[in-house]
Amino acid sequence: MCGIIGFISRDKKLIRGDKIAIALDSLKERGNGQGSGYVGYGIYPKYKDSYAIHVFLDNNPQYMDIKENVKQVLEKYGYVLNDEEIPTKDGIIEKEFIPWRFFYDFDEKYADSEKDLMVDMVMEINDKIDGAFVFSSGKNMGIFKASAWPMEVAEFYKLDEYEGYMWLSHARYPTNTRGWWGGAHPFNLLNWSVVHNGEITSYGTNKRYVESFGYKCRLLTDTEVVAYIFDLLIRKHEIPVEYALSAVAPKFWKEIDTMEDEERELHESIRMTYGGATLNGPFAIIVGTEEGMMFMNGETNDGNSLIGITDRIKLRPLIVGEKDDLLFVSSEEAAIRKICPELDKVWMPDAGEPVLARINK
Amino acid sequence: MDKSTTEVVLDANNFEYRELNEKIHTILNEYPNLEKLILKNVLGQRFIGNGIQKEITIEIYGVPGGDLGMFMNGPTIIVHGNADHAPGNTMDSGKIVIHGSGGDATGHSMRGGKLFVRDNVGYRSGIHMKEYKEKFPILVIGGEIKDFLGEYMAGGILIGLNMDNEGNDLGKINSKMLGTGIHGGSIYIRESIDKSQLGVAADIKEFTDEDRAKITPYIEEFCKDFNYSEEIKNKLLNSNYTKIAPISKRPFEKLYTPDLR
Repeated sequence: MCGIIGFISRDKKLIRGDKIAIALDSLKERGNGQGSGYVGYGIYPKYKDSYAIHVFLDNNPQYMDIKENVKQVLEKYGYVLNDEEIPTKDGIIEKEFIPWRFFYDFDEKYADSEKDLMVDMVMEINDKIDGAFVFSSGKNMGIFKASAWPMEVAEFYKLDEYEGYMWLSHARYPTNTRGWWGGAHPFNLLNWSVVHNGEITSYGTNKRYVESFGYKCRLLTDTEVVAYIFDLLIRKHEIPVEYALSAVAPKFWKEIDTMEDEERELHESIRMTYGGATLNGPFAIIVGTEEGMMFMNGETNDGNSLIGITDRIKLRPLIVGEKDDLLFVSSEEAAIRKICPELDKVWMPDAGEPVLARINK
Repeated sequence: MDKSTTEVVLDANNFEYRELNEKIHTILNEYPNLEKLILKNVLGQRFIGNGIQKEITIEIYGVPGGDLGMFMNGPTIIVHGNADHAPGNTMDSGKIVIHGSGGDATGHSMRGGKLFVRDNVGYRSGIHMKEYKEKFPILVIGGEIKDFLGEYMAGGILIGLNMDNEGNDLGKINSKMLGTGIHGGSIYIRESIDKSQLGVAADIKEFTDEDRAKITPYIEEFCKDFNYSEEIKNKLLNSNYTKIAPISKRPFEKLYTPDLR
């Protein structure tokens, strides 16, 4: 189970976070109240060129010390412009963690390597600092998640006080690992955010694969690895998104055999080179992406922002709706119509076939 | 208890699915002579029609949630909108008519009755349909079919008409793994299908006059329900169909014991 829904305004119109909460709440039956979360893109206009780092701090008397330890790691390469507890509303859920945020700039001398350094710092904090987990590390975006029902999480984080042009969300029904704040979706690294319905049965293989590149899976949920795979394939290796998705949900050998020479060689190479990135098991995922990536035709396209894809034998549902510049991806059509009753178009993408939504220029 | 009422309209707006289904059962108890229940503003509520043992008509306006008409025995459900996953799940008898599309696993484990979908269906439609004596499920899909159609099918008839909702042919079908594990019943697709598109245990059999006679009444009924013209109906009745049926009644009998007979 699990319910997912996301939407993007391709004209970058800003939409308040309570909208996505209403949609996700209508999918609550797909979860069990042990994890709900949201990510909004475009929510921090005041700090839009800085990194917004969201961290869970253990809610114990030493939490300010833990926070200082996190700050020390960050200050190795740059400056904390501002840091504060993420505003929350009391009396809704038990505060297992204290959500904290840092707005952060790198020192100019690291301009060429800041994304790699950010990944290193996230891994270092999650791996080495007791009681701290970075759960959001992109620019002008942020994740809000906890172990609770969709509406509780939205009210707890006062989601109606944020406006974004893209929102993804997830209602969790934990199956293989326990429900905890860090295990709620979305999972994030830099501007990559992933919500996922299903399970990654290849998790062990994928984890070993990304860990060989320095990523560290510390959040005890299979979906974490998906965010790192996207970062590795598309940002680090600069693989065009369509091919990266073919690595994640590869064509069957039987299909590859029937392709024309050039295409066949390409898909054979993808399968052979990126076997470790292949996701096995049932999944429907929505990915919020990094801007500025290379595409099939080699052209740099800096407006690619939302991807929806299922496993290649379609063991989880995914439905897409469109209305003017809005594109919605969800587990169920009803959740889309809850916030947008009249749609221009509704369709179910084929198994393993990605839906890409791009920002209008 | 009002014995004269034969029609009730219920606005389902903001009803949680349990509340709505309880309300439906309450209405059925309150009005013993009810013939028609109209549900307005349905949005995602699951299990509508679940377990109803009565021959009434339920008209749904909106998008019902998953497992529509599950275990029902008797009612006719007419949906003006798309259905979510598994409409007709394990239905026993009655009829579901969807003026729109069905989700994945449409007609899941049907054991009787009819399910007509005007537009498309998702993956694994007709999975595990079965028949027993007079119980004989019929699933007719007007539009696109998807992979794993009729997976582990054990009985009944599944018809794919492969046309859009104006009666235009959709042409070549790319779906794969059709009839995977099928061991009973038959699938008729109004388009040529290559053997490479079949799943294990499925085979393409000759489409005979007897087969055509078998599917004719259901195609006629489908055209009537969705108001298709005589011209379209005649086209459908006279088209060529690919018949997909089991290679044998027990395709996996030697799976674990290949050395035994």
